[in-house]
This record gives sequence, structure tokens and C-alpha cells, in this order.
Amino acid sequence: MTLLTTAWNHMRRSPYQAMAAILTMFLTLLLAGLFFLASTASYFVLQYFEGKPQITVYFQDKTGQESIQRLENELTATGKTASIKYISKDDALTIYREQNKNDPLLLEMVTADILPASLEVSATAPNFLSDLEPVIKNADGVEEVVYQRDVVETLIAWTNAIRWVGGSLAGLLAVDSILIVMTIIGMKIAIKKQEVEILNLVGASPWYIRAPFLLEGGLYGLFGAGIAMIIIAGLTLWLYPFLLGFLGVIPVIGGVLGAPSSTAFLLSAFGFFGGLAMTGFLLGSVGSMVAVSRYLKF
Amino acid sequence: MISFDRVSKFYGETHALSDVSVTIQDGEFVFLIGPSGAGKTTFLKLLTREALPTKGDIVLDDLKINTLSSSGIHLLRRRVGVVFQDFKLLTDRTVFENVALALEIIGKNDQEIAHDVDNVLELVGLEGKKKLFPQQLSAGELQRTSIARTIVGGPKVLLADEPTGNLDPETSWEILDILQEINTIGTTIIMATHNAGIVNDLKKRTITLEHGAVVSDEARGRYHIHKKARRMRKL
Repeated sequence: MTLLTTAWNHMRRSPYQAMAAILTMFLTLLLAGLFFLASTASYFVLQYFEGKPQITVYFQDKTGQESIQRLENELTATGKTASIKYISKDDALTIYREQNKNDPLLLEMVTADILPASLEVSATAPNFLSDLEPVIKNADGVEEVVYQRDVVETLIAWTNAIRWVGGSLAGLLAVDSILIVMTIIGMKIAIKKQEVEILNLVGASPWYIRAPFLLEGGLYGLFGAGIAMIIIAGLTLWLYPFLLGFLGVIPVIGGVLGAPSSTAFLLSAFGFFGGLAMTGFLLGSVGSMVAVSRYLKF
Repeated sequence: MISFDRVSKFYGETHALSDVSVTIQDGEFVFLIGPSGAGKTTFLKLLTREALPTKGDIVLDDLKINTLSSSGIHLLRRRVGVVFQDFKLLTDRTVFENVALALEIIGKNDQEIAHDVDNVLELVGLEGKKKLFPQQLSAGELQRTSIARTIVGGPKVLLADEPTGNLDPETSWEILDILQEINTIGTTIIMATHNAGIVNDLKKRTITLEHGAVVSDEARGRYHIHKKARRMRKL
């Protein structure tokens, strides 16, 4: 009998124990997979907002080009700006038209005159924003200042929460899975005590005796990962229109989700599902390894 | 060649073997006799490294068994096969599968396994029963299966620990015939037994153990019935 056949027979002959191990693995991997996806998505969302100008300075209509240039020079002189982009009234109209191109009613009444000129400022580090604030506040002709910092801070809080909660839950469930696989494999070893003794006496190598038990744990993880993959794939298909609408504006996510036949999408899917399968196999193997080292001493 | 050089084995205060020195040549057939608790099973267990001697050296050819690393024990057990009184067969496997086990562990392919198992089952007279499970066999057939499993890998030494202990006299002789046949092809056989009839009739080398010590080692030995047992028989 090959190694795989022996491991499969061990599973087949005690289906309820196998089911318990596989279901626990499934729950762990489903949760870990979903939190991984949520965490990855939130990372890209955060990156998108961090990449946007951190401060947008809107000028009054009467503000002259010299005042704007002076502020730009003062900000540059601080040495704390990563980029400063001037958006003229005409540029603002172009952007407005692009954003509302599907709604002709909104375009009819708007001209460049009623849109403000602005400066989009990015700091080299978020903590420099407080140094730039007084420079902007003291400048002439500033009508309104919009800070991205508040949005980013909220996103960071959410991303951290997702990572903490997801990581802790997945970690706890992973420990639980390892313990369950360890217990089940330990029971199997106890049930097969006579077989192990006979194998030992006829000259089977320690590896020959241990390997089916180790593989059995790994298989529990693989089967659990398989079911988790099916559920996650199903959920993704079901929520596809919503996800694309909600997250599609983020370039990385939109680029991958929006083109399901693209190499990027296929690589991401294979990477994610491959990682899930590998994690399952490793978790199961660790559980069985602990049991084998504890109960199969030669 | 097997050599026990001043071997002692203590289990706490109990002296299972005391200062035993014995040499057994290749191809010998040796009976190991003595009352229960004399140290026969310990003697055999030391040869398979199921137990370690407290003192002394045990050597099989060029292999010092008492200093063998744990990673090499399985290789020793492929050279030293054991037949047990209680057969030690896997009840969920057929005769063929039980015997094949000894070849699977050394990585033989299915074709080689089928060929070798068929040959050995023919040798022990079980060629028609290879698809049966242990529950469907008589005690004699179970012991033949156990012998087949032990010899199929071609061990150099076969240890038999009371192999006829659970068998009627006629079946016991059938098992002895098989063991003698295996011995004629060059396998060293060491058989621990209480069966005086077999020992006395075969007149092979006989080592007698009492209280863990060798009390006699005769080339054509006899089973000396213990005085107490003789008294019981008279009664």
C-alpha cells in the first residue's frame, strides 16, 4: 500500500473523526481567508487614500496667481512637501466634466468661473502635516482647506481593527484546529497500537510508521481548505457586482476584479487559493506532527 | 554468528539474565528452555533490541546490538525475525496482506511482493488461503502465516518465542517441520519452548536457563523436567 492509500484508509475507517477535523479546518481557513481578503482590500483602499493629496487648498475667486505662487513657494521652502500640484479653474472644470460625464444636467450650468482654483499638497510624511497647516492658514486668499488626514486616520483605525480581530480569531481557530487534529491523530495511534507494534517488530522504519499519520493531518487541512475555497469563490461570485461597484474605484482592486480573465486576476486567485491550501496542509501537518512526536516514540 | 558476552539484564531488583555468555553459529537450530521466568523471553528481546542489556555485549556478525543507534533498530529487525506465541497478525488484513507487510516496508513493488508472498505461502502450506482473514484460520494456520511473514524478507536469524504454545501436538509438529525446513536453507533458528517432547525428539542444541543463568548448553540436549514438576506428574 502506498503512503497516500494508507493515510486515506485511516480517514475512511473513522469518518466521524475525519469530518470533525475537516470541519474545524474549514472554519479556520474560511475565516482566515475572508479576513485576509478584507485586510488586503483595506490595505489597497488605505494606500489609495494615502496616495491622494493630503491637503487641498481652495482659493477665493479674487485670489491672484502671485498669491498662489507665493504659497506654493513657502510650502516648498519648508522641505516637507512631497508634491504640490496647481489645479486652475479650467483644470477643475475638466475634472468636474470627467466625473459627471454621464449626467448632462450637472454639466449644463457649470463654467470654469464658478469653480475654485486649488493646490493639492502631499507631505513627505503624515506627521509633517501639522507643520504645513500654519503656513496655509496664514496665506492670503484661501477660501477652504480640506484635509485627507481624517479620512486616512479612520481608514487606518479600520484596517488595524480588521487585522487585529481577524488575526486573533484566525490565530485562535488555528490553535484549535491543531489541537483537534492532534487529538484525533492521537486517538488513531492509540487505536492502531497493535499495528504499530507489529510494524515495529517486522522492521518498518520509524518514517514508514509515522508518515501515514503525518499525511493524514495534512489531508484534513487540504480537504478543509478545499471546502473553504468553494465557499469563498461562491461568495465572491455572488457579491461580484457589489464588490466591483464599491471597490472598483481603487485602481489595484478595480484592475484585478474588473478583468476576471486577466493574468493579474488569475495569478491573484491561484496565489490566494494556493496559499489557503498550503496553510491548511501546514496546520494539519503541525497537529499530526505534535501527536506523532508525543504518542509514537521508538 | 550471534555472541552474548557476559550479558546481564536487571529489571530493578529482578535479575532477568545474569552473566550469560553464549555463542550461536550461523545456520544452527537452538532450543532455549527453562521454567517460566528463567529469562528466555528476555534473551530473545535483547536480540531484537526490544530491551537493552544492563551489562555485557551482544553481537550479530559485525553488528554490536547493544550500542546500535535507534535509527538502525529497524534494519536489525529485518535481519532478525520473530515468531510469537500469540501470532501478532493484523486482523483487518488477509493472509496475503499480512505477509506482504514485511515486503512493503522495505519498498518492494507489487509484482515482487506477489511473487515472493506466493512462494513463501507455498512453503508454509497456505497457498490456498491467501485471501482469508485471520478470523477464518485455525491456530496452526495463524502460526504458519506468522512464520511466512517473518521469513518472506529473508532474515538471517529467526527467533521463535513459544511458537507451539497455543497449538495441539499434531499442529506443533507441523510448525516444527516448517521451522526445520527454513533452517535447512541456512536460517539460524532460536526457539524458546516448554515442549519437552519436541526438544527430546529433535535432539538439537539446547540451552537451559534457570533464574537468568545458563545452567546447561548441550549439543544434543534433552528437556530435563524440573523436580517439582516431576512430583506433580506422579501425583
